[in-house]
Amino acid sequence: MTYTAATAIAVVATVVLDLAVLRTRLLRRRAFWTAYAIIVGFQLIVNGVLTGRHIVVYDERRITGLRVAYAPLEDLLFGFSLVAQTLIWWVWLGRRANQRPLARKPTGPGSAPAAPAAPATAPAPSPRPGEPDQR
Amino acid sequence: MRATYLVLLAACALGTLPLELLLHTRVYARWRRWLLAVLPVFVLFAAWDIWAIAAGQWRYDQRQMSGLVLPGGLPLEEALFFVVVPTCAILTLEAVRAVRGWPVGDEPEPVPELGHR
Repeated sequence: MTYTAATAIAVVATVVLDLAVLRTRLLRRRAFWTAYAIIVGFQLIVNGVLTGRHIVVYDERRITGLRVAYAPLEDLLFGFSLVAQTLIWWVWLGRRANQRPLARKPTGPGSAPAAPAAPATAPAPSPRPGEPDQR
Repeated sequence: MRATYLVLLAACALGTLPLELLLHTRVYARWRRWLLAVLPVFVLFAAWDIWAIAAGQWRYDQRQMSGLVLPGGLPLEEALFFVVVPTCAILTLEAVRAVRGWPVGDEPEPVPELGHR
């Protein structure tokens, strides 16, 4: 498989994770896209250093050859998936902690490797409105 | 220089630290949630990296790296990358929330699609 194909699959998986699996709908939030716009700027710098200084070297046969600031275009999709999936899990965990004791939908097998089945910590005090997750 | 990649990662981690200290993003402070958010991404993307290295999609210049390689052929710096970058991302999202006050979907108020009380 090419790096190009792998990143395309990752982007689709990220969208599915957000909109269908965890239903965090973060990709529809202004806060996400604002944060991502900031992150992508720094990503171009970091990736530019990593690829421009040849710390990471790509097999030219596995990429389209289109490059942005030295880095393959595919790296932007890789970075998007990495960043978006992290933030999706972050929001999902926060929602889970803040909005209990709403009925919790069981997640599919393997979809939530980090999720404890039951609160392992002491019973959390009921969240007060307007107060962010304290865990 | 063997520390090039490590210096780059340290710059990312240190560069975003003011967000936690000055904007009170409370990402490191909520360390359980931080670790749980990073864990699935770390596992998935480290596995992808190991696969891509094995498949010859990319390789690393060990002269600019520590030379420490984790099981599976994953360079130490790459493993750290999958902790540092996700952490910077969370700090950025929380900074945007702190400054602009925009919701991200985990607020205590019942959101319309979930509010069935």
